[in-house]
Amino acid sequence: MTLLSVKNLRVTFPTRQGPVDVVRGVSFDLGRERLGIVGESGSGKSQTGRAILGLTPSPGKVAADVLSFDGIDLRNADARLWRSLRGVRMSMVMQDPKFSLNPVMTIGRQLIEAGRRTVSKPQAKAAAMAMLEAVQIRDPKRVFSAYPHELSGGMGQRAMIAMMLITEPDLLIADEPTSALDVTVQIEVLRILDRLVTDRGMGLIFISHDLRLVSSFCDRVLVMYAGRIVEEVKASDLGQAQHPYTQGLLRCLPQIEGGARPLPTLQRDAEWAR
Amino acid sequence: MGLIDIQALEVTFTGGAAPVRAVRGLTLSVNEGESYGIVGESGSGKSTVLRAICGLAPTSGGVISVDGTALSRPRTPDFYRRVQMVFQDPYASLHPRHTVDRVLAEPLAIHGFTDAERRIETALTDVGLGTGFRFRYPHQLSGGQRQRVAIARALILEPRVLLLDEPTSALDASIQAEVLNLLDRLRGERGLTYVLVSHDLAVVAHMCERLTVMQHGLAVEELTRADLQARRAQMDYTRALLAASEGYRANDPMEASSSSAARA
Repeated sequence: MTLLSVKNLRVTFPTRQGPVDVVRGVSFDLGRERLGIVGESGSGKSQTGRAILGLTPSPGKVAADVLSFDGIDLRNADARLWRSLRGVRMSMVMQDPKFSLNPVMTIGRQLIEAGRRTVSKPQAKAAAMAMLEAVQIRDPKRVFSAYPHELSGGMGQRAMIAMMLITEPDLLIADEPTSALDVTVQIEVLRILDRLVTDRGMGLIFISHDLRLVSSFCDRVLVMYAGRIVEEVKASDLGQAQHPYTQGLLRCLPQIEGGARPLPTLQRDAEWAR
Repeated sequence: MGLIDIQALEVTFTGGAAPVRAVRGLTLSVNEGESYGIVGESGSGKSTVLRAICGLAPTSGGVISVDGTALSRPRTPDFYRRVQMVFQDPYASLHPRHTVDRVLAEPLAIHGFTDAERRIETALTDVGLGTGFRFRYPHQLSGGQRQRVAIARALILEPRVLLLDEPTSALDASIQAEVLNLLDRLRGERGLTYVLVSHDLAVVAHMCERLTVMQHGLAVEELTRADLQARRAQMDYTRALLAASEGYRANDPMEASSSSAARA
């Protein structure tokens, strides 16, 4: 069953040198699964995620042959349609909770604000408490009345995940949700996401630069380079990746077990970007 | 006695509501020509140790000595001839309105070198940039190129010790490999001593012969590279770090690490 369908997505930004395509013809279908999008900085992975939610910053332009979510055409969606979808049926977890939470509102108020989209205020409050527990926060009462600066990075990221999931969306786009976190906290946050995907049958797009992490967490991985998908690979078959870029990315990572010294570096081929 | 000797180092930050003890009684010794790693999560005090060596953190106890002599406060110019630091974020550690040439000329001027011209050219060639980058501004460079400039800036005084604070964590994986190779080559060529701080166990295993694991300002455990590769960690915290560095597994990493230890 296809939840999200993207065909020939292009995101263009005007510059002094003329328009620059940062996403160039990306196509994929997403069911209720965990899809990873991997690439280096500037590969267009984040802009792909933002375009799906209609969050491409001005003056960027989005064009696509097909961009549909659960049968709804998103290409020419007006503000009213976006409001009925964003934060309700599809939402996004950003990279750094420090910059994405409102610093002058308590976590509880922000959660209720998000939950109020679908239910009444008392219900939203109950849902907010339940959600904080669902993301494994040990003392939900304290976190509920805390301001973002009173929380650690891992706690803040959990609170943000709670906020995004309170309306039980069908699609969650997570843009580097764990990159600002310590490795051990990272695993805990992934475990929470994993459970929510499994229990609620949500579709998840997991955007990251960390090929190893994505392959251990997702079902399928899209590898992006210079605005294009250069390879789609089943996460378990990443070792058999065909594209030289994917292979090069995997090889240039240092290993705890030791390995080549000096590390093999990535020899970029102009052909990859075409 | 190592080249760098740290005895019972204490760093306390005052000024907040309560004083924060960032480093609590750390003792370690780094030999000449060695590459030594410090691993830990954010807030473990690992970067503070490097800053304390440089005299950039308020030490409240303990002794740091280089070459057998305890360091004075403030540090002497001679200290900075021998010990230099490379910072984490090359986007923040280079002056945005200074050209590469000016960044590199400043330490030479401070220390009264007269052959700046030649040294700047050599330093740029050594880090693999070439003299064509000499009159560029940081915004005209990529992240990897900036970190190379930061390394050139640290090396231009020909120090014996380089303190590396997460030198590659702001860089993409492919650029990280290039910078790590550069650091590896320079150490081989010049017999440098490195103290490398990182949260990435794989980077530290690749670069360092010995390492200390820090948590909450305390040294939890000291390991050799061989220990790390054989997963011979004694402390639960180190095991958890090792398990987490392998990526996500559907079962609990703490459980997995303790059961594998039981099997071994």
